[in-house]
Amino acid sequence: MRTIFKTLAIPDQQQLMFGRTPKPLTCGFGLKLGNGQVYPELNFTLPTMRLEETNWGAVVAQYEEIGSIIERAAARLKPPGLMAEFELLPPMTEHPSWGAELTAVLLRHLEHLHQETGIACALRVTPTDIRDVTKPPALRSGKPLELLLESFEQCAAAGAHVLSIESVGGKEVHDEALLYGDIEGVIFALGVLASRDMEFLWEKIVGTCSKHNVVPGGDSACGFANTAMQLAGQGMLPEVLASVVRAASCVRSLVAYECGAFGPSKDCAYEGPVIKAITGAPIAMEGKSASCAHFSPVGNVAAAMCDLWSNESVQNVRLLSGPAPEAYFELLVYDCRLFNQALETKTETMYQNLLVSSDIHLSPQAFVLSPESTMRIATAVVKESGHYAQTLAAAKEATSLLSEGVRHKELQLNSRETEWLERMTRELDALPSDEQEMLATMQERYGHLFADDSYGF
Amino acid sequence: MKELQDLARFLEQGESQKVLALTQQLVDSGVPPQTILNDGLIAGMAVVGEKMRNGEMYLPEVLQSAGAMKASLRILQPLLAREGAQSRGKILIGTVKGDMHDIGKNLVGIMLQGAGFEIVDIGLNVEPQKFVAAIAEHTPAIVGLSAMLTTTMLNMKTTIDAVAAAGLRSNVKILIGGAPASQKFADEIGADGYSRDAVLAVDKVKQLLGHTS
Repeated sequence: MRTIFKTLAIPDQQQLMFGRTPKPLTCGFGLKLGNGQVYPELNFTLPTMRLEETNWGAVVAQYEEIGSIIERAAARLKPPGLMAEFELLPPMTEHPSWGAELTAVLLRHLEHLHQETGIACALRVTPTDIRDVTKPPALRSGKPLELLLESFEQCAAAGAHVLSIESVGGKEVHDEALLYGDIEGVIFALGVLASRDMEFLWEKIVGTCSKHNVVPGGDSACGFANTAMQLAGQGMLPEVLASVVRAASCVRSLVAYECGAFGPSKDCAYEGPVIKAITGAPIAMEGKSASCAHFSPVGNVAAAMCDLWSNESVQNVRLLSGPAPEAYFELLVYDCRLFNQALETKTETMYQNLLVSSDIHLSPQAFVLSPESTMRIATAVVKESGHYAQTLAAAKEATSLLSEGVRHKELQLNSRETEWLERMTRELDALPSDEQEMLATMQERYGHLFADDSYGF
Repeated sequence: MKELQDLARFLEQGESQKVLALTQQLVDSGVPPQTILNDGLIAGMAVVGEKMRNGEMYLPEVLQSAGAMKASLRILQPLLAREGAQSRGKILIGTVKGDMHDIGKNLVGIMLQGAGFEIVDIGLNVEPQKFVAAIAEHTPAIVGLSAMLTTTMLNMKTTIDAVAAAGLRSNVKILIGGAPASQKFADEIGADGYSRDAVLAVDKVKQLLGHTS
């Protein structure tokens, strides 16, 4: 049964705050999310090393070490709680028992931490979406899907507290559309293809989670909007395009919640604030303290509404201070102390304003992530029916926001960015309100990239 | 020749219809296809590459120009083949075993095609032996290896080792790229070069092949 969101769970912008949600949830070893505190989410990965059966012992040893690092660092820094995120690498998803074994290793360390120190903690496990190994991707059948679902099953059985994924349905078209600056193609990929795949996949993920009493923790438009953000960061795409993609991508991620996910959303889902405003679910976000993984123009504003604060991904390598996971965990803990001190002293609004105002005037991508922009995009989404219409509404709202920002001198765009914003505004206005009207055009333009039966056409 | 300069300019502006029309006009007026290619199309794409490098053009605009070039080549390629004309070089590209990222690789392919090179793209998650077989089949001058993950980048070395074991290493130059890669890593694994992005990849390929333009 689907939940259709027709109103905002957080209708008042003042309530769209870090550390608080109308639907807090408890998971793992007593970790209470959205209940008045922000917690660090440490996301880690292997150093440069082979990942194969012949050196599996060395791989397991790495995760044992990471587990020990988490225990030591948490005992030293005494956070009120923490989420550890284990993102499976593709071979670990291709061999579900590998992901399960590492899940059990990390769980053991977290359980020990909780028993020894009382620190609340939980383990998020994120299998890799390996379904795009073929071109065009076979999303609804075949071995990659079987292995992916088996990965979820085995990681859940091994004790994961939260399950997430960065699913890629629609990416095969979105990548092409993005490179060519084809906003129509972007809306089709996100609003039609990605949304259909999300429905297909999340029904299954929620089923697995229910069976094992695991929290279905949401998806991420990472392969869509973060790809756009990175390409914009390299000067390859206009920032305004990345901004519109960011806004438009919230709808496909929302589908997970329509299917029964209840958060916390994935850290790289920068569309999380819109999800939070609509569903009330707690969200994980990343920003400045994720610079170990990638750079971004939204380092502070991304924190404004988070319930978990993440570093995205850090390799287990040695820095001058010590292991990189420990160094970045410390960074996150200090960030969270500030959030929580602001909440405790009732200065959270002031702190949020600082996070927001320090970024939003410098980049359109930051501008669309402010609480005000979030509320407007979320409102535009719930007013519409159907994922295509919602995606289009989110994109149009983003262009309106940016245009108004420029008019009110809250945002400065150079002439090239301005041209692109005007172009996208025109192109979005020309799009049909009904997805059926665009299907024939999209089939002609992108039909060679996707398989009809992957999307239930 | 003014018409060739116009062709380069239309290409730079991504004006596919004008590029097509002018290409046909030049062919009909007897301008050698190789001249049209070199002094019109490749010259135009060189300006495009420079503008992209300088942040004056975005990728969609570059691809618009590349698309215009591709359209023009549909007219020129049969004529070039008839003359026995060679491309500037054949480049084989692929993402290494275990890796499923391909945007960067695809961009490199597009930019190199725009610079007049022939591209053979063998896809993603490519086993070392498949690279070896493809090198034997296509005899490229350069092999481009792409990886996005620190756990798959070591398969670049595995691939290079497999090429060497097959006795083909001296036949090709190997260029690597991708987020975790670096010149240092390229040196460590015995690659001939590293490129940070698609625009620089064109320069690197020209350098490895001893092209001055």
